[in-house]
Amino acid sequence: MLSRDREGAGGETKMAIVRDIMPAFELFQPANIADAIALLDRYGRDAWVMAGGLDSFDWLKDRIKKPKVVVDLSQIGELRGIRDWNGGLEIGAMTTLTEVVRHPVVKEKFGILSTGAEAAASPQIRNQGTLGGNVSQDTRCWYYRGGWKCYRAGGNVCFADTPTAINREHAIIGADRCVAVNPSDSAPALIVLDAQMVIRNSRGERSVNAEDYFVGPDIDITRMNVLKPGDLLTAIRIPATWAGAQFYFEKVRDRQVWDFPILNVASAMVVSNGSIERMRIAVNAAAARPLRLTVVEDFMRGKQRTAQMGDMAGKIAVGPAEPLRYNGYKIPLMRNLVKRAVSGVEEAKWA
Amino acid sequence: MGVVEFATSPWGQTVPIHISFALIWVCAIGGLLFLIGHAIWLRFFAPAEEYEPVSAPSGDLPAKVRRHSLAARLFHWVMAAAMLTLLFTAFAPKLGYQFGWVTYHWIAGLVLTASIVFHVIHASFWMDRWSIWPDRIDIRDALRRWKRATGKSAPPPQRFAKYPLENKMYHFAIVLAGLSVTLTGVFMMKRVRTPFFTRNPYIFGDMTWGLMYVLHGLAGVGLIALIMMHIYFAVRPEKLVITKSMITGSLDGEHYKEHHDPERWPVAAASRGAASGL
Repeated sequence: MLSRDREGAGGETKMAIVRDIMPAFELFQPANIADAIALLDRYGRDAWVMAGGLDSFDWLKDRIKKPKVVVDLSQIGELRGIRDWNGGLEIGAMTTLTEVVRHPVVKEKFGILSTGAEAAASPQIRNQGTLGGNVSQDTRCWYYRGGWKCYRAGGNVCFADTPTAINREHAIIGADRCVAVNPSDSAPALIVLDAQMVIRNSRGERSVNAEDYFVGPDIDITRMNVLKPGDLLTAIRIPATWAGAQFYFEKVRDRQVWDFPILNVASAMVVSNGSIERMRIAVNAAAARPLRLTVVEDFMRGKQRTAQMGDMAGKIAVGPAEPLRYNGYKIPLMRNLVKRAVSGVEEAKWA
Repeated sequence: MGVVEFATSPWGQTVPIHISFALIWVCAIGGLLFLIGHAIWLRFFAPAEEYEPVSAPSGDLPAKVRRHSLAARLFHWVMAAAMLTLLFTAFAPKLGYQFGWVTYHWIAGLVLTASIVFHVIHASFWMDRWSIWPDRIDIRDALRRWKRATGKSAPPPQRFAKYPLENKMYHFAIVLAGLSVTLTGVFMMKRVRTPFFTRNPYIFGDMTWGLMYVLHGLAGVGLIALIMMHIYFAVRPEKLVITKSMITGSLDGEHYKEHHDPERWPVAAASRGAASGL
């Protein structure tokens, strides 16, 4: 048990040694989707799906997640690549973030995804990290990742939402017992683009709207998305609906590379004669799931893209916010990010 | 599979965190087996009901005998609605039907708590509070029934007072389970966001919280079996007259004459409102 490793004066040394060694598990490297699904079906909850491995290795080396079986998807060619799909794009779940960033059609038609993917982590990590992994990664709450048996880990307490907790990066909206946030940079971009997440299991294939792919703690406190044991995210389909729209993406983080968002915002809008014909806007790292701000979309429909409207949109967006002890700053931050996403950087000024 | 799940606290203690959720199935299946067993026993093996002759003359009985006041009936149905909501919101997500259950759960919990507080006050000052607790005759008659059911010789039992022994035992079980879930539930509200308390899980230690969660869970799954039994008895043909009295407030006079002892439940006085025994 991790906590036992922490006991005693030599705890830190022992932990360091443990972290350098991969624990024992059975490794499978299927060569196609059918084999992967058969393995996931056979091992169920005992199986761990590994994409780029960047989140997985932390969990495994820290001995916090202890799967019996790891299914490494890296050998499955079908899960890679970016293809045309009804005028939009189908992106294999194992396509690296770098490939997404550099793809000419992504850049030309769906630039917000390129920008969002490029905002993730560092160049080296984007070379290895995948789009499917980025949207499906677990939360970065350090109490949870530290191995404590919190709500998200199946326990009965949230260590981050107490009068003495350190919760600067945690949720300001939609907390329900657990206050951890979703850390993905590509997720809000995919929600804004109305993407479909294609999921396969032994019973067949289904697709889920990107905004419904993510699960809040009110619905299921132990999961970040709809994937259940046996499920595999195989592709992400982006319809042509928002191709070439006006996009805005901004990520605020403590350092400008290799860091998770404190908050990010993504918006897409179609403007005609200066007024907004239709728009979608989403923020992440504000809640346990990426949030589509439909209230802002409804408010802005048919209105001019002005600083005043942006200001109002920002205020509406933070209406349901409830800060914890150390994250009150996220409220003006989110208000301003929404304002900038709605009215544009030049029109908006920090308030 | 254990009955309780444990975790290591930040202080290195092994503490209970909650019951094993497999107990949901244990209680549901246990409750179902009891119902099936009881139905079979009653259909094929139970001896015919026989009572000691009534010593006191019954006199002129009214056609309807008042059994539950309006306040008592309202309490029962409010409690039933709250209880069913609590069971659904607690266990449906564990069985795979996922929704945002926490807010509905604590609201139903507050309704249940308020209704119990009302009932305790109402029963203490306006009702015959002892009529629902087993007395010496109930125990003696239970032994007689047992002997007769197992083929031994024993005199027939007396007719019931206001409530049959099964009713009284069920009430006792519900009191234990209901108080366990409400008392622990009120404290557990300190761990979720509500308009009433500032969230603070540090008012108790990990062990105390763990035991509270375990007690809440055990009482909760126990209530699955108890509610199943309650509904089963409520819809049994021979008990329908009692179920109806929880809607109309009155028992049929004939049923009273057949099953209740006028000395133990003096209805004539009750119908005049002096000692209603409600």
